Amino acid sequence: MANKALGRILVAGLLAGLLSGCGNIEPWVKPYERDRLADPIMFLDGDPVSTAYIQHVYEAREGARGGEGAAGGGCGCN
Amino acid sequence: MRRLGAFLLLILLAGQASAGVLPEDRSDALYHLYVGGGVEIDGPSILVRKQVGQNTSFVGNYYLDYVSSASIDVVTTASPYNEEREQWSLGMDYLRGNTTMSVNYVSSVESDFDATTYALSISQDMFGDLTTLSLSYAYGEDIVGMSTDDTFMRENRRQQYGIGITQILTRNLIAALNIETSTDEGFLNNPYRTVRYLDSGSALGYSYEQELYPNTRTTNAVGIRARYYLPYRAAIEGEYRFFTDTWDIQSHTASLTYVHPWGPWTFEIKGRFHDQTSASFFQDVFPRAQATNFRGRDKEISALTSQTLRLKASYQFIHENRGWGVFKKGSISASIDMLSVDYEEFRDLRFVGGVVGAEPLYALDANVIQVFVSFWY
Repeated sequence: MANKALGRILVAGLLAGLLSGCGNIEPWVKPYERDRLADPIMFLDGDPVSTAYIQHVYEAREGARGGEGAAGGGCGCN
Repeated sequence: MRRLGAFLLLILLAGQASAGVLPEDRSDALYHLYVGGGVEIDGPSILVRKQVGQNTSFVGNYYLDYVSSASIDVVTTASPYNEEREQWSLGMDYLRGNTTMSVNYVSSVESDFDATTYALSISQDMFGDLTTLSLSYAYGEDIVGMSTDDTFMRENRRQQYGIGITQILTRNLIAALNIETSTDEGFLNNPYRTVRYLDSGSALGYSYEQELYPNTRTTNAVGIRARYYLPYRAAIEGEYRFFTDTWDIQSHTASLTYVHPWGPWTFEIKGRFHDQTSASFFQDVFPRAQATNFRGRDKEISALTSQTLRLKASYQFIHENRGWGVFKKGSISASIDMLSVDYEEFRDLRFVGGVVGAEPLYALDANVIQVFVSFWY
């Protein structure tokens, strides 16, 4: 039991160390090189209200869901 | 659960001093229309997002569906109906350093189906803001009723776990990976829907009985997408999703999008392809009544392929360099998604008189139209 607790603390410490070190990594795409990524044509979800709607349509028509972001509940799909 | 809490706390504690960003303040008013397969669904969706103070952003959405249905299921086994679905959602994002915490509440109400969802997510920018890691959890409860039986009431519980990574790869390329697992427990079939079975005593050669689904379902989805900035200011995006669940449905979904701005206009064309297998308990016609423990004949759990072609145009009528009063930017957009579904096992029972089980396979064509106005402020 004590070993298990020690293991958890070590894993937690390791994760915290890794994450706190993230700020020291030199970004290979500098902030001033991100002008193209800031262009609205590069947004992965530029129109959230439209995306949520069309995902709802697909979830009602197909047997699959998820992996594309969240959509609301309910159906209205007969 | 305690481990998850500890992990979230660690991410918070590891947060760096450089700042992330909250979503932009914007409002959208959208009109949506779905027409196809004897079904017409339309209504508005209004979204308002506003930052309050330095660190908090609130978002609200009101969504309405007016449904008028004479679908293939309805015309073969029931009567056409009209229905309304109203959905409200309210959310809050809180930014602290590079960490954004979000909570969201969604309520959806129909005359015979209520759904409530509570969602929680946390995202962390890291590696010089090149990487965003997000974790999400949602819990939902449904109450299923029947318009023909006031005493009928069943419940569902839904849980959804997600992890996502968005990564800037080069100055022209951004990619995202999303993994999502959901579990549903409760009354998962549709109380109105039926399956058919061979019945020599019936004039048609078959009769109907209530469908019966398993009362649990776990689904897993992995999605990956990448968007690339083309040298002449245009963008191309590829997306792929693999899905599998405990009902033996397995699917592959792929899409390709091209975005082309031209002055105040932005044009988009998208092709999407989806292919799935049937649920293990799906059969178009069962050999006899109560032939299997579970039985379903919903077309959505039949093997199918679907293809969609999307055309979209947006016109920016308030340019960000000029603005107009309190508005920084404004645009109007219109899109049409032409959806075509070919069912591989679900047959069209409007054809009668032939050999039972040899009717033509059903196919569905639908157009999904959206028109919306957006303001940024």
